[in-house]
Amino acid sequence: MPQHTFVLNGSPVTVEVADDVRLLWVLRDILGVTGPKYGCGINVCKACTSHINGKAFNPCSVPVSKLKPTDEITTIEGLPATVDRDLHPMQEAWLEEDVAQCGYCQPGQIMAAVALVHKVRAEGREITDDDLDGLRNICRCGTYSRIRTAIRKGEGRM
Amino acid sequence: MPEQRRSEPSRRRFIGYLVAAPTLAVGVTWTLTSPDSAEAVLPTPPQPSDVFDLGDLQNLAAAPTSGLISVQVNEDGTASFALHRCEVGQGITTTVAMMIAEELDLPVERVTVTLADARPELLMNQLTGGSNSVRSIFTPVRTAAAIARQRLVRTAAARWGVPEDEVSTKDGSVHAGERSTSYGELAVAAAADRTVQVSATLKSADDFTVLGRPHNRIDALAAVTGRKAFGMDLSVPNALPCMVRRPPTINGTVRAVRNMAEVEAMPGITDVAVITYGVAVRGETFGQCIDGLRALDVDWNPGPVAGESDDTVLAKLKKAQLPLAVPALGALSVDAEFTFAFASNAPLEPDNAIADVRSDRAEIWSTLKVPIDAQEDIARQLGLPIDKVVVHVVPGGGSFGRHLFHDVAAEAAEISQKMGKPVKLSWSRTDHFRQGRAHPMSVSRVRATYALGNVLTYEQRHTSTETSFSHGLGEMITSSVAELPIAGNLSFAEGIFLLSQTVPYNFGVVTQLLNEIPLKFNTGSMRNIYSPNVVTARELVVDMLAAKMRKDPVAFRRSFLRDDRLRAVLDKAAEVGQWGRAMPKGTAQGIALAGEYRGACAVLVEIDCTPATVNRVVEGGVTGPRVTKATIVVDAGLPLNPRGIEAQMIGCLNDGIALALTSSLHIRDGIPLEGSWSNYFYTRQWNTPPSVEVVVLPASTGEPSGIGELGVAPAFAAVACAYARVTGTVPRSFPINHGTLSFEPFPLEPSTPQSPTDGLDHTF
Repeated sequence: MPQHTFVLNGSPVTVEVADDVRLLWVLRDILGVTGPKYGCGINVCKACTSHINGKAFNPCSVPVSKLKPTDEITTIEGLPATVDRDLHPMQEAWLEEDVAQCGYCQPGQIMAAVALVHKVRAEGREITDDDLDGLRNICRCGTYSRIRTAIRKGEGRM
Repeated sequence: MPEQRRSEPSRRRFIGYLVAAPTLAVGVTWTLTSPDSAEAVLPTPPQPSDVFDLGDLQNLAAAPTSGLISVQVNEDGTASFALHRCEVGQGITTTVAMMIAEELDLPVERVTVTLADARPELLMNQLTGGSNSVRSIFTPVRTAAAIARQRLVRTAAARWGVPEDEVSTKDGSVHAGERSTSYGELAVAAAADRTVQVSATLKSADDFTVLGRPHNRIDALAAVTGRKAFGMDLSVPNALPCMVRRPPTINGTVRAVRNMAEVEAMPGITDVAVITYGVAVRGETFGQCIDGLRALDVDWNPGPVAGESDDTVLAKLKKAQLPLAVPALGALSVDAEFTFAFASNAPLEPDNAIADVRSDRAEIWSTLKVPIDAQEDIARQLGLPIDKVVVHVVPGGGSFGRHLFHDVAAEAAEISQKMGKPVKLSWSRTDHFRQGRAHPMSVSRVRATYALGNVLTYEQRHTSTETSFSHGLGEMITSSVAELPIAGNLSFAEGIFLLSQTVPYNFGVVTQLLNEIPLKFNTGSMRNIYSPNVVTARELVVDMLAAKMRKDPVAFRRSFLRDDRLRAVLDKAAEVGQWGRAMPKGTAQGIALAGEYRGACAVLVEIDCTPATVNRVVEGGVTGPRVTKATIVVDAGLPLNPRGIEAQMIGCLNDGIALALTSSLHIRDGIPLEGSWSNYFYTRQWNTPPSVEVVVLPASTGEPSGIGELGVAPAFAAVACAYARVTGTVPRSFPINHGTLSFEPFPLEPSTPQSPTDGLDHTF
């Protein structure tokens, strides 16, 4: 069985699994990291949104064999450590706005929000309504307006 | 020993039990919920749901049953309660924690609310639905907490040798003069060694310090850190992932599988088994299960609706319409017919269940709103006694009606029994849309006549594909049917319809009738059941009447409303939402209202139908008209958690927008074409209003209303009314984009699409 090594939430991990198993199932079913959720498996709902080398991506659509040993995967579980805190400022904003209803999509929403802030910063600007409109993460509870408020609040603190 | 908590003799006392337990435990029964007020007004109901709605019926059915629910005080100073309801995002655990905190004088953070396993002794009291949870829990849970507090006071008074009235409680501690001790210190001493009946009075709403104030959810931290555990996140020994290859028509069955052994030998696959509606594949990872189910070579028998499509169902509905009684009066009538497409109640979390079935027992984990019904059915299916089937209720990633049914739990049990191994079954997203429950297609025909400034008649004939209520609520209604203020041989669905529908206007002779046609689609209630469609048809006709009678829509509604609470939410919405303000070309306002669950709600929206907005492009999504602003005003009776009520209203709004503009199932040859969120267009960020304001009105009654569904119907209706105004044409079919198929359907076989491999090309 092939082995695959990558960095998960700051620590190197090695798993034995077939090459084409998507990273989402490696995380959830083999490594027990359940923050990234299964909502569609075809990169539509974005409930599994995590970071690879600081950028948002969807592990449901990445075969584990595509990862390099130096690739740093961050899931919601590892997000606070990226800023060396117990909670990331975006998570704090989420709590203050009481965004979550069922909560299923929210780890993915937060990971997407953090990546969006990094992206617009790199472009030397702030988040606009158009940026928020462009977020693809589905919330079937319909918490969208609180998500928008929380993202702006989190952006201000990052 | 005096048991009076506060010296107000007029206040009703409620009875509970000190339950023999290691630490203080107080149990209460459901006899506390008898709906006195509803009984008092029964004799001359203008319409059934005015005086006796679905929630009242549930309360009445709940009344005679026993089975205690209990609040415990623990040695660490926390209180705990195993809630006999399901948390699916509606916030019931938070509201219940607030109730306990209020009466126990304990910080909300120190109240733990878990979900109770199926408890058959609770009969139909363990049902989450009909926006009834808070209404039925409000008195019993507070009573248990009040008795617990009283017992702590009594225990401390005895220990210190002081009169009880010198002892007070605050923030989880008991005080008398200089002395104080924590609840945790008293938890063992306060425990009863035998079960005894006691009574206590409850705080009046005026004295509330927790209830009535905004409170964030108690599970929010777990949700934002990824620690909140849903069904698929649970770890049960040897319960390996499992998925099912499904037929190309709804509820089709397996004729033959040609390559079972070949698939069983695939990497990671452990078992393959033919089941009622497909072929189950168990493996090391869900990804490998998808590979396995896709590799299966299966011959299928068609399902029971294999010949049905949107147009055949619509034709059957139109044939089954009940006649209108009043003839059309030409210029003095409004005659309109509205069609509502099938809609999916799929939450974001796919249906899933863990089952560990042995020869002599079984254990199930799933999100279940009627767990007793699940337990009974699964026991029957497995051939086990009911008490050998343990059913654990897991918090759900949404419900919207889906979890009233235990289809996935029963299927997991079937698979575990056939494979002889524990399984963690998940439906694929595609299964969820194509084989899961749907809100059925319906047609609503309305005729209203008017003369001399009055509306003389209002008739509505709602014809729907059968909505399944097979989840056990049926027992409740049949056992309570003699109590209903309605006559005749009503079907169960008709009963639900009559109990939930009302026309709140003085429209003279009013009749609203339901007829259903028995087509065997997988149907079920969706959030707010019949109301979104029935109310939208009604409010559109109200706008049409207003136009014919040359009245402003708000002024028209005001003058015909026969309910002060509805008038108050309407007025507030018109004020806050600036009804009648000048709107740019291509945009318009719409307003609508609805009362249900003993609450009232009005929604005012602004819609943008300018070409620049309608034609904006979002890759893989639908755009079209956009609701740019929404004002929602809600009278929740006695609002317990305004923060949670606001959250529910925001959710209801986005549901209403989707139902009006974008989300539906297209049935073709016995199955929905939709197979993903990229086909089923629930509201997305690009369609949600950038500006949303929710106004929760101060308490208008002494009892909390149901609020989880209340806003869907008026939101849907307001968007429809705004769209009619801006386009100058009243839409007759919903959602408005249903006539255009905006996606390429996934193949029907294999039943679940393969996951892409190009995820690293789409990072940001």
